[in-house]
Amino acid sequence: MTELPAGLKRYPELDRWVRIDPADTVTVFTGKVEIGQGITTALALIASHELGVAPERIRVQTAHTGVTPNELITAGSMSVEQSGAALRQACAHARRHLLEAAAARLGVPASELAIDDGWISAPGLNERVSLWALQGGEPFRRRIEERIPERPPAPPPARQTRIDLPDKLLGRGVFLHDLHWPEMRHARVVRPPTFRHRLEGFAGSEFIDRGLETAPTAAAGVRLIRDGSFIAVIGDDEYQVVRHAERVARACRWRLVSPLEGVPLGRDSQAFLLDGGTPVTGPVPPLGFEPTFSASYSRPHLMHAALAPSAAAACWQGGRLTVWSHSQGVELLKRTLADVLGLEADAVTVIHVQGAGAYGHNGADDAALDAALCALAEPGRPVLLKWTRTQEHRWEPYGPAMRVDLAAALDGAGRITGWSHEVWSYTHAGRPVPGERGSNLAAAWLRAEPREAPPAVPRLEPEVGIHRNAWPIYALPAPRVVKRFVAPGPLRTSSLRSLGAHGNVFAIESFMDELALLAGRDPVTFRLEHLADPRARAVLEAAATLCGGVTGPRGVALARYKNRQTYAAVVVEVEVDPTTAAVRVPKVWIAADAGRVVDPDGLINQLEGGAVQALSWTLKERVRFRSDDIESEDWVSYPVLRFDETPEVITRLLDRPEQPSLGAGEATAGPTAAALANAVFAACGVRVRDMPLDAERLREAAAA
Amino acid sequence: MVELTINGTSHRVDCPGDEPLVYVLRNRLGLPGTRLACGLEQCGACLVLVDGECRYACTLPVADCAGRAVTTVEGLGNEHALHAVQQALLRHNAAQCGFCLSGIVVRAAALFRDEPRPSPADIRAALAPHICRCGAQPRVLRALDALAAGV
Repeated sequence: MTELPAGLKRYPELDRWVRIDPADTVTVFTGKVEIGQGITTALALIASHELGVAPERIRVQTAHTGVTPNELITAGSMSVEQSGAALRQACAHARRHLLEAAAARLGVPASELAIDDGWISAPGLNERVSLWALQGGEPFRRRIEERIPERPPAPPPARQTRIDLPDKLLGRGVFLHDLHWPEMRHARVVRPPTFRHRLEGFAGSEFIDRGLETAPTAAAGVRLIRDGSFIAVIGDDEYQVVRHAERVARACRWRLVSPLEGVPLGRDSQAFLLDGGTPVTGPVPPLGFEPTFSASYSRPHLMHAALAPSAAAACWQGGRLTVWSHSQGVELLKRTLADVLGLEADAVTVIHVQGAGAYGHNGADDAALDAALCALAEPGRPVLLKWTRTQEHRWEPYGPAMRVDLAAALDGAGRITGWSHEVWSYTHAGRPVPGERGSNLAAAWLRAEPREAPPAVPRLEPEVGIHRNAWPIYALPAPRVVKRFVAPGPLRTSSLRSLGAHGNVFAIESFMDELALLAGRDPVTFRLEHLADPRARAVLEAAATLCGGVTGPRGVALARYKNRQTYAAVVVEVEVDPTTAAVRVPKVWIAADAGRVVDPDGLINQLEGGAVQALSWTLKERVRFRSDDIESEDWVSYPVLRFDETPEVITRLLDRPEQPSLGAGEATAGPTAAALANAVFAACGVRVRDMPLDAERLREAAAA
Repeated sequence: MVELTINGTSHRVDCPGDEPLVYVLRNRLGLPGTRLACGLEQCGACLVLVDGECRYACTLPVADCAGRAVTTVEGLGNEHALHAVQQALLRHNAAQCGFCLSGIVVRAAALFRDEPRPSPADIRAALAPHICRCGAQPRVLRALDALAAGV
């Protein structure tokens, strides 16, 4: 590997990445953000290893526009691959510079020196010098122009304590929701019931107001601002703001502008044939073989459903807007806010502060514009705005519904000789982007002079959105894989953890079991007969060994995320209640190959967490809506997996220190979904092809 | 004016009696550990102990706590002396984003106070009202199972 990581090509100044603090600590800078995935811990471990400083001494500054390198969005399981690679190389440069400086100071060749928790010395040498004595508080003033050798991998720590965990266990104010300034105002929005509703009027005249002017209200120190259908309540006392927002909400009369209807999946679409995971324009050829078997699979719209409703803080002072947000893309958000508000981009700063785990594009960016609109009405005072549970459930952009039609031909020897995969879905790309075409920030749609959402367009990059993991991992003759982009959908949609991979892998790996049955093979053997990639074979075999055999009420499934990141094989064991058809999952086994392991416990945490979340999606979740309303508005109407339904999860990592580290946070979603469906079939002989695999669907499938 | 005892300290708070305890703790007493998440008694993030009983601070009127002893996550342990539940969760890195942790710590502390050796089924039943959306439940359960087993 001779090329510099992309981040270092864009930001070659070493000082953008590493700072030796005045004493005792080192600060590293990343354009990525902590969303509960443990990235700050992983990056601290990378810097610790390269610099020879204990992890406890590493401070990680996460995304802050204008301060940290712009590393775009924290998404796609790319943070260790991108920011980790850049930081590792930047720290190697810092180390080389520090060793050269120490060599001059100590009169010993740099090649003989070593760093031990910040102290530089050589064997047998009585003198030593610290990083801080050499460089503390001083910029390096060096450019990174070439790739230099990094330190050889060392065995990673068995369990590195998450650096953010003690504060969270002690209940400290580490979240965005906990921000506090003496002059701070609290705010809530009053939202229409859905994104297709607008304000028609108020029931009570006490609420009538003009534009963004202050309106008289009953509660002291509390004001209402309105701009079209954008309504917010602002005040010093949070509870008074909450009460008043509830009163205003009761007084609002909403009008459905257009029904929650879209083009059904399976009808009109823009179709693209895939070539090795990349869509190409041009005609889509017909099937071209006589299928032995075909089947159609589906998933409904799913929610991110972050535990904490979205929030943001903003302050408008001296012509500058500062926003504190838990957005996964602060740089995009900065430019989009400037665009919507008619400000120069340089007048806007966005600082990431942790919220609850988001798992993709949820309400975070919308809340940032809401807070900014409130801040503009309250010059000089920071405003902390929080959504309610119901607003998050009703307004977040959902993970879109999907439909996958599969067909295959088998020869007499049980080998697949023809393969067709057609995936239908709505856009998975609803993140805010600056530009003339409109805005994806919800409040922009609601203002008196609205900006509409830009029309969704199909994305044609490799392995994105709808077609992520549509290309099979198996060695098959000329797979015919078709992306079918459908617009518009009935609901607002965007990126949910793993994007199309959840639906595509659910379908492919369910179908592989169905084909194995037809071919008279067991699921593991049938897969191995079609797998050429040795790393894929290794994780599948490791998972089968780990669980003691894919037998009884167990199912297995496998994928390599985006066909270029982490390999994961998952075995799920189920119990199906013969009376109620309820499915329980007592146990899950995971085997994964994420290349070189940086933080094994953090990696296992991500793989496990992804599997448990995908179990929840696949077993229980479905956004319920009618043409005039969204019915999933809280944890009762949108149930998720609870502690008493949680399986035991056993994970085995196949460490490959000689290989690059691969993103892993989304790798288990697809395999878990399919392994669950395969286990249900193994347990009771019913093939469920439509998520969620709840009792209702199980009974339907059994009756079909 | 409401008189409250929070984590052993007496406070006189000038606020409406119907104000839910979570706002009083967070905004008037500087105790952000009690998280406001659903406001609907559905997720458990705001759990506190009132006279030792588990209560949802997101809806509990502060007046109902007058003269009673309230314990929040901040009252269970500190950086010098973590509660046994906090120690167990830390040892197992039992979290991802951690927004749910305060309520889980409070719930588990109450469980282990009443039953120092809870069964795995007891632990799962006790935590059922809590939501962890990140999927860190297996780690939380491993940590508490280990604590119950004295490991």
